[in-house]
Amino acid sequence: MAHIPDGILSLPVLAAGTLAGAGGLMLGIRRLGDRDIPRTALLAAVFFIASSLAFPLGPTSVHLLLGGLIGLMLGWKAFPAIFVGLLLQALLFGFGGLTTLGVDLVNMALPGVALAAAVRRFVDAGHPSRSAALVGMAAALSVIVTAGLVGLEIALSEPAFAPAVGVMAAAYLPLAAIEAVVSAFVTLYLLKVKPEMIGASAFTGTSP
Amino acid sequence: MATDTIDAAARVSPLDRLDTRTRVIAAVALVLALVSLRSWMLLGAAILLGILLTTLAGIPARQTIRRLLHVEGFLLILFVALPLTTRLPPFIAIGPVGLSVPGLERAATLALRITAAALVVLPLISGLTPIRLGHALGRLGLPSRLVQVFLFSIRYIELLRAEARRLHDAMRLRGFVPATDLHTLRSYGHFIGQLLVRAVERAERVNEAMRCRGFAGRFPLVTLERFGAADIAAAGLTALLAGGLLLMDRL
Repeated sequence: MAHIPDGILSLPVLAAGTLAGAGGLMLGIRRLGDRDIPRTALLAAVFFIASSLAFPLGPTSVHLLLGGLIGLMLGWKAFPAIFVGLLLQALLFGFGGLTTLGVDLVNMALPGVALAAAVRRFVDAGHPSRSAALVGMAAALSVIVTAGLVGLEIALSEPAFAPAVGVMAAAYLPLAAIEAVVSAFVTLYLLKVKPEMIGASAFTGTSP
Repeated sequence: MATDTIDAAARVSPLDRLDTRTRVIAAVALVLALVSLRSWMLLGAAILLGILLTTLAGIPARQTIRRLLHVEGFLLILFVALPLTTRLPPFIAIGPVGLSVPGLERAATLALRITAAALVVLPLISGLTPIRLGHALGRLGLPSRLVQVFLFSIRYIELLRAEARRLHDAMRLRGFVPATDLHTLRSYGHFIGQLLVRAVERAERVNEAMRCRGFAGRFPLVTLERFGAADIAAAGLTALLAGGLLLMDRL
């Protein structure tokens, strides 16, 4: 549901989203050193694969977004990584639209990047449970902010849709809870196995 | 799926003769024109154009329908709410629920727009292989580092997917059945964590191998594609169509 198809959003919303998406991409690319290219690409591939995991939820199932984790592990480089994922999803599965690429990019990348930047300092192997709780909270919040952005864009484009937006946002709450727990467990695992991948010293800077 | 295979038996559609750049630009131009159309007649014409392109590209009807259903699925919640919530004189009232005429009209316009856009994008873009698209984006002037990340991702998705399959098989052999419980969440967390670890370790090996071979953040983008007469014709036709649709819609 995070992919908005072509034809729903109005031109001003599309223009603003595209500009913001392009800005984020430029910031991310500027931080992308030669050594970061393979790492960013392989992490983008993992997130692309993991986002097709379906978690059973009663009679239906939900797909993970993992925006919080991506932001935590890649910083601004999450923008190029998610852009690549969106292009592949559009190409291989026909998800999302062409004109909405920039809007979708902002919706999926910005909350994760911003929230991860806020909690990154407190994520370290010395305090695994505190770190996991913080990452879980950031993951849940980033899902909710993504849902809020999607709703806001739709309501701005078509004011008549505004009441339906609340219904949509509520539909994201179970996903937020699931993402929080999964992201917390991923954090615990990584802190045990390879703590340098996550947390304060992660690859969010530029390597030559 | 993500890898390019040269299939000698595959039918070459007329669209494949075009430069990929032409296809990308034509798709963007047409979709931008479509999403601002208001007239149902013109949107209908655009849908016909989409069906024509889909046939031209030789995309099976089942695939087209599946993608359309996915796109329309997005509208479902909004659709249910839209005619019900527009605060205008109701068209029919069933108890507290009133269907309003303007609400229904808006809903129909949106459905037509979304369908038309999906039908145009599907044959022009979705028919491309990822590597073709990556090279075309590079030649269109996207930042080269971004294109490198895209091409690297395509290269390694298949490999990582195989890793994921092995991990998943191992979980199933130990009797893992996904359910709505904490155990499933923890298992998925460890699964994703392990996949991330393997990806980063592989990236380090790839990086070292690349540096040994003198990689400096750039691959040459090689292509046999030329911007030829067919492309000029296609670009002209697209400009005419997009401009014509917009003009007819506004007049």
